Amino acid sequence: MYRYDGYDHQMLSDRVAQFRHQTDRFLAGKLSDAEFLPLRLQNGLYVQRLAPMIRIAIPYGMLSSRQLRKLAFIARHFDKGYAHLTTRQNIQYNWPQLEDVPDLLAQLAEVEMHAIQTSGNCIRNTTTDQFAGVAVDELEDSRTYCEIIRQWSTFHPEFAYLPRKFKIAVCGTVIDQAATQVHDIGIYIVPGPAGETGFRILAGGGLGRTPVIGQEIFKFVEKPQLLTALEAILRVYNREGRRDNKYKARIKILIRETGVDLFREKVHEEWQRIKDSALILTDVEIARCKAFFEDPAYAELIDKPEALTKPLAQDVLFSSWHQQNVRPHKRPGYAIVTVCMKETGVAPGDVTDQQLEHIAELAERYSFGEVRISHQQNIILADVRQEQLAALYCELKSQALESANLGLLTDIICCPGGDFCVLGNAKSIPIAESIQRKFRDHDELTDIGEANINISGCMNACGHHHVGNIGILGVDKKGEEFYQISLGGSSKNVASLGKIMGPAFAQQEIPAVIDKIIKVYKSNREADEKFIDTYKRIGMAPFKETVYAKAD
Amino acid sequence: MPKLIKDRAIAVDRWTLLKDATGSEVLTAIPGKNLIVPLRFWKDYAIELESYAGDIGIWLDSDETISEIGDALAEFPLIALNFPVFADGRSFSNARELRERFAYEGEIRAIGDVLRDQLYYMSRCGFNAFSLRHDQDPDSCIAAFDDFTTGYQATVAEPIPLFRRR
Repeated sequence: MYRYDGYDHQMLSDRVAQFRHQTDRFLAGKLSDAEFLPLRLQNGLYVQRLAPMIRIAIPYGMLSSRQLRKLAFIARHFDKGYAHLTTRQNIQYNWPQLEDVPDLLAQLAEVEMHAIQTSGNCIRNTTTDQFAGVAVDELEDSRTYCEIIRQWSTFHPEFAYLPRKFKIAVCGTVIDQAATQVHDIGIYIVPGPAGETGFRILAGGGLGRTPVIGQEIFKFVEKPQLLTALEAILRVYNREGRRDNKYKARIKILIRETGVDLFREKVHEEWQRIKDSALILTDVEIARCKAFFEDPAYAELIDKPEALTKPLAQDVLFSSWHQQNVRPHKRPGYAIVTVCMKETGVAPGDVTDQQLEHIAELAERYSFGEVRISHQQNIILADVRQEQLAALYCELKSQALESANLGLLTDIICCPGGDFCVLGNAKSIPIAESIQRKFRDHDELTDIGEANINISGCMNACGHHHVGNIGILGVDKKGEEFYQISLGGSSKNVASLGKIMGPAFAQQEIPAVIDKIIKVYKSNREADEKFIDTYKRIGMAPFKETVYAKAD
Repeated sequence: MPKLIKDRAIAVDRWTLLKDATGSEVLTAIPGKNLIVPLRFWKDYAIELESYAGDIGIWLDSDETISEIGDALAEFPLIALNFPVFADGRSFSNARELRERFAYEGEIRAIGDVLRDQLYYMSRCGFNAFSLRHDQDPDSCIAAFDDFTTGYQATVAEPIPLFRRR
C-alpha cells in the first residue's frame, strides 16, 4: 500500500497543528460556531445527537495491521470501545470529546491516517472496488489512480469551498463493485483505441434527495490527462454550481439545469485551456504510485488444495461460509475473504476494539498484513491461501466474526440513523436488526440468494437506499417514524434507482413486509434468477398487490 | 478602516473601495483617490473614469467572471475579488484564472468576508493582498500563510506540482 514520504508526513503534522490551533481558538471563543463549522467538518468532525462524531478517512479502503491496531486503540481511549464502518470506506467514532480531537488526530498521524476532507463541501475520500488488485476481472489496479487523486484533492486550494460535497469513485474491474455511477464523478478504467488503458469519466451521479445516474463527460481520457480532466469538471462546478439552496447545490443539479451537452461543452472548453499545463501526469509519477500497489510475494500454489476440499466436505458451516464469503482470487491457490460485519444484534458496520485487533493479527498471519474496508461495511482479507481458509474460519469464529451472510438478505447496508445522527428522521439500526431476526435460517437465506437491503434513516441517503434491491427510507410523519420501501435499485454496472412501492409502514410492520416481498420473488422466480432480475422481469405490480392486499 | 495585509506584511491601504454601484457623481464627490470600482460601474462610466485623477482598480463579485473585463485587464494595477461570505469559494477560481490563464501580474486583493483560516488557500490561488474583516487579528493572519510547509498542487509561487518535484 501507499507509504508516506517526508512531504506527506510534513503536511499531515502541519494539519494536526493547524486544527489544534483552530480548536483552541474555538474553545476560547475567538472563532464563531459558523466559522469553526467548515474547519471542523474538513477534519471529519460533526456535532451529533449525543457527542461529536469523527469520521476518519480510509483512502480507497486500504488499511494495514498497524493502522487497525491504532484504530482499536482510539476506540478504547477516545470512544466506548467500538468504531463504525461507513458506507463510503471510512470509519467513524461516535463518542470523542471535542477537546480531545487534536490528540486523536495526532495519534492517527503516527500511522499515516487522518480525517482530512471526510466531510464538508470539498472533495471527499476517493473510493473504489474493495477487491482492487486481486479481482479476477480487473483491467488495471484502480488504487494507483485513487492515490494520485487523493494527493491532488488533498488541501486543493481552489476546491476547499465548493457549493456542496463532492465524491469520486474509480472502478478498474469489469463488474462494478464501487457504485461508480452514483458518484459526483465516476471513473472507469477502460481500454482505449490503441489498446492502452485510460479513463471514461462520468459526472453528476449521486443519491441523496435527488438520486441520479452519472452521465458521460469524457468518453476516453489518456492516463496523463486524469487530473486535468478532473480539474476542468471541478472548476466549472465550483464556479457555476448553485449556492443559493443547499438542496440544489450538488453537481447533478447543475448538470440537469445546464443540460448535459452544454455542461460537457463548458468542461471541454476549460480542459482545452489546462490540458497542456504542469498538471499532466508524468510516466514517472504513475510508475511511482503503481509501485506501492505491486503484488505481495505470492507463493506458487494450486487451486482447491486438499487442505481446503477436505474440510469443505466435512464441515457444513465452514462450507456455507466458504460459499458465501470467499471469492476467487487472480492468483491460483489464493482466495479473497470477506469478514461480514453483519452479525444479528450488532449495528451493521460496528466493530469492537478487540475485533479490530483480532483482525489485525489475522491479516498479519493470513493476508500480508493488510485489509480493505468495503462500502458494504465489511472487512476484507484479500490474499488468503486457500489451504489456510479452514484455519482462518476457526479463528474468525472465536471472535464471532464468522457471519456467512455476505451478499445475502441480512448483509444489510445501513446508516447510523436517528439513534446517533442529527440528520436522521428515523432510526435505522433497529430496522436492520428486526429484519435479521426474521430471517435467521441460513438455508432459507441462501435459497433466497443475492438480495440486498439498504436502509437510510433520512433522505440524505447515507445507507444508499436508492440502489438497494430493497431500499428502506425512514420518514417522519407528524413526529412518528415511518418507513418507505422501494424495489429494484442496483449499484452494479446496469445501475438503477429503486421505485417506491407505495405508502410507508410502521416500524413493527417491516419484517412482515420484507417477508411478503421475498415470498412474491420466490413464487415468481425462474431457475437461478436473482431477486433483482425477477423484479425487472415481472415489475412492481405483483409485489405491490401482495404487500398491500387487504387481510380477509 | 479594514486592516490590510499585502505580500505577507501589514500594509497601509492607499485604495478606496467603492462598494456599491452608484452614479458617476461619486467621482466628483471624492476626487483624486485611488478607487476600486465595481464591474458594473466601470462598464457604465468608462468615459468618466478616463478623466478621473487617480488610479482605478476594479472588483468582481463571486458570481462575476474575469472574461467580463476582457482586454482591459492589464490596465488595472489592482483587481479585487469579493467573498460575500467566506464559504463562497468562487473567487478562488477567479484568482487562479487571473494568474494562470490571463497571466495577470498586478495586485489581487481579497475583500469581503476575509478570515484567517482561508488565507493560506487564497494565497495559493494567487491572492497577494487581503483586506481583513474588521475583527481579524493581523498578526495571527500573517502566521496563517505558514500553516503548511508544502502542498501537493501547483501554485503561483510554486508552479510545478509536487509530483513533478519528488
